Amino acid sequence: MDLKLLVFLVFSAVLIGAAIGVITTRNPVQAALFLVLAFFNSAIIWMLMEAEFLSITLVLVYVGAVMVLFLFVVMMLDINLLPQREGFTRYLPLGGLIVAAIVVQMIFLIRVRWFSAENYPVPDARAADYSNTEELGMAMYTDYIFQFEVAAVILLVAIIAAIALTMRRRPDTKYQRPSDQVLVQKEDRLRVVSMDSES
Amino acid sequence: MGFLEGLWLLIWTVIKVMLIIVPLLLSVAYLTYAERKVIGAIQVRKGPNRVGYAGLLQPIADVFKLLTKEVLVPTNSHRFLFVIAPILSLAPAFAAWAVIPFSDTMVLADVNAGLLYVLALTSLGVYGVIIAGWASNSKYAFLGAMRSAAQIVAYEIAMGFALVGVVMVGGSLNLGDIVRAQEGNLFHWFWLPLFPLFIVYFISGVAETNRAPFDVAEGESEIVAGFHVDYSGMAFALFFLAEYANMIMIAALAVIMFLGGWLSPIPFIPDGIGWFFAKTGFMLLFFLWFRATFPRYRYDQIMRLGWKVFIPVTIVWLTVVAAAILLEIEPWFALRAA
Repeated sequence: MDLKLLVFLVFSAVLIGAAIGVITTRNPVQAALFLVLAFFNSAIIWMLMEAEFLSITLVLVYVGAVMVLFLFVVMMLDINLLPQREGFTRYLPLGGLIVAAIVVQMIFLIRVRWFSAENYPVPDARAADYSNTEELGMAMYTDYIFQFEVAAVILLVAIIAAIALTMRRRPDTKYQRPSDQVLVQKEDRLRVVSMDSES
Repeated sequence: MGFLEGLWLLIWTVIKVMLIIVPLLLSVAYLTYAERKVIGAIQVRKGPNRVGYAGLLQPIADVFKLLTKEVLVPTNSHRFLFVIAPILSLAPAFAAWAVIPFSDTMVLADVNAGLLYVLALTSLGVYGVIIAGWASNSKYAFLGAMRSAAQIVAYEIAMGFALVGVVMVGGSLNLGDIVRAQEGNLFHWFWLPLFPLFIVYFISGVAETNRAPFDVAEGESEIVAGFHVDYSGMAFALFFLAEYANMIMIAALAVIMFLGGWLSPIPFIPDGIGWFFAKTGFMLLFFLWFRATFPRYRYDQIMRLGWKVFIPVTIVWLTVVAAAILLEIEPWFALRAA
């Protein structure tokens, strides 16, 4: 067996296991950690497809930043998920119906047969000095610059909206103004009193 | 590739990995010794001076002490996560060394996206801290983990922006090519055109490794020892190893990206691996010097410095760098992209 295939099978198996772990484990922190494992394994599978830039970015952005913030929040919650699972059998028929609808939509809209193996031949391996970072950069900043900038603006709007929604002013909070502290003069704080000695 | 050839490649790679890891472990051991000696000198003390000549065997004695201590696992901890947390913090600290170029030809993996790889792996180190804090099931450990997570996320952004400046001037993500772009003399190195980014990068590096004056994650006067309060013996030693390996890593990266890596500062002395080690040692001295000089930052001041000072500084300087590259200001800024 090809070594590459073996690596692929091992990491896909771990990926699927981790994905199942995310939804079956009872502890939210464990679920988040399973998700980290799943991200990491998909990064390795992307690496096998010679998409090293996307693969490393997946680890950098999702594992290194997004999931850290996620864990940060989840760890502070002390929630018991059991009561939420009580209605499982009651809602099963409705859930099954929705799943069936989604599957049918996927079959008709995305057309599973377009994704069959015949339509996607194995791409030729690139030379060792081929850099897909440069290729991606060229595509994003020349051919697709407009779409790229629109996406950036949408992200900016989302950031500002998130801050605006969560910011609340609390007038009773005490905080320092570092600029005032830096600008303070001797005269503001210190009073020199000259007085006669008492002896 | 035949089977024997593949096997030989594997063995040869393992030998090369060992050639990096073993000296790294020794450097970590003697960095702790250097730290105690340097801080001792700054505080007009002798530092370790009993074990071996001038205390030179002190790190070895410390290793034996830690090895023979019992590893305790608290009763209500999450056993599995508690045990793998130190490993999770150590593994990225070592794995990042794979792409570090020690000299023009000495590099384990000469990959194109080397800088991204290093950034991705250094951002993984925080998991060891978070998981340790959570799995210990202790308030002090948990508070330490929370502090560390918020701090690392804040400073990683400034650090990443500083590195974007390096990539813009160097024209490559390959660490070897970044060093080669600095060829010339002392003033061709990137510390001069990217001086604000150099300062931001190094201070963020100190913050990222949880070193004084940014060591609120440990804060022994407030939260005892922070995230590793429940660890003992070898498990504690692994956290310690990871912290010092990360320090050496940050120093080595600063040398590669801003101080010309293996390049010689003096024209008639040849380039070589010696320069790399000398410069890394020089940068490491700053870590020890900071620790002996500055009092610990207050937590809100750390956050302010990261978000409100460093990130704006880097963004402004990135614009300056972009303008300078367009104007092609010699000798540093040129359009290098392929």
